Amino acid sequence: MQRQLANMRQSLFDQGYLDEQFIQLEELQDDANPNFVEEVVTLYYRDSARLVQNIEQALEKNPLDFNKLDGIMHQFKGRSSSIGAKKVKIECTQFREYCRSGSAEGCKRTFQQLKKEYATLRKKLEAYFQLARQVGPVEKACRSK
Amino acid sequence: MSTETRFHVLAVDDSLIDRKLIERLLKISSYQVTAVDSGVKALEYLGLLDDDNTRADPNSVRNSKNRHEVEVNLIITDYCMPGITGYELLRKIKESTSLKDIPVVIMSSENVPSRINSCLEQGAEEFFLKPVRQSDVNKLRPRLMRGILGIKENLQNKRKPMEECVSPDRTRTRYNDHDFEL
Repeated sequence: MQRQLANMRQSLFDQGYLDEQFIQLEELQDDANPNFVEEVVTLYYRDSARLVQNIEQALEKNPLDFNKLDGIMHQFKGRSSSIGAKKVKIECTQFREYCRSGSAEGCKRTFQQLKKEYATLRKKLEAYFQLARQVGPVEKACRSK
Repeated sequence: MSTETRFHVLAVDDSLIDRKLIERLLKISSYQVTAVDSGVKALEYLGLLDDDNTRADPNSVRNSKNRHEVEVNLIITDYCMPGITGYELLRKIKESTSLKDIPVVIMSSENVPSRINSCLEQGAEEFFLKPVRQSDVNKLRPRLMRGILGIKENLQNKRKPMEECVSPDRTRTRYNDHDFEL
């Protein structure tokens, strides 16, 4: 099961879902704070849900307020960056470029893609944390520092 | 670990996640941390709001009587915040006779040289690009130690040329996986 966990983790990086910031989070985890990464990720999804909703609502306006959209996305990108959500971050950057060029179509299309990546990452991380909890103490004992 | 070197850091960031992160980073380095979610709350905590208010606020986090009881050795603040920005917070701290010698570090997710320069010109000790890492936080200790020995001499040498506005060993800020925001 440990190998399964390690493989799962590695594929998240290999497939570009996560970047090195996630590793930075892992390094902040220790025996006193054994669930730090999961806590941060949970916080991320809880905190950013509001931002997703705000963007959703703003995209329904006509005409679009690109400044406002860019501002919300700046916040969303920041949070995504803090947990190492690589693919989500890429969509955020793309979205902001469309805001700058004033492309409503581009923004809407990119946002759909962003939501997909956001949801996919959530599922993958939930599965990862679930397995990590099962592997738990054994995995920690074998992990060399 | 000697309790004399237990520095107290005030962290200011409107992002819950980033507050959690910076708090953890600072605590790992054995700093005592107080985290607030806005510049206004930071000013309140530092007792700076009392200067502007002629009437006492009974709901204030602190009143001027307690100002001297709380010692803050470093303030680390996000740049982009609703309400008072990190830059404005920095300015108010540097304008305060009682607090101007407290080192202030600015954090930002955007690498904007003019922004970095204006913060440093305003007296910021350092500028960290987000997400902040352990290696960034590790840079703080010598500055805090220096603060104990005499921060005034240190602050006099703060004028850095534009090319060196971010520490040279921090290659991450220039060509890294962070998007370069124009």
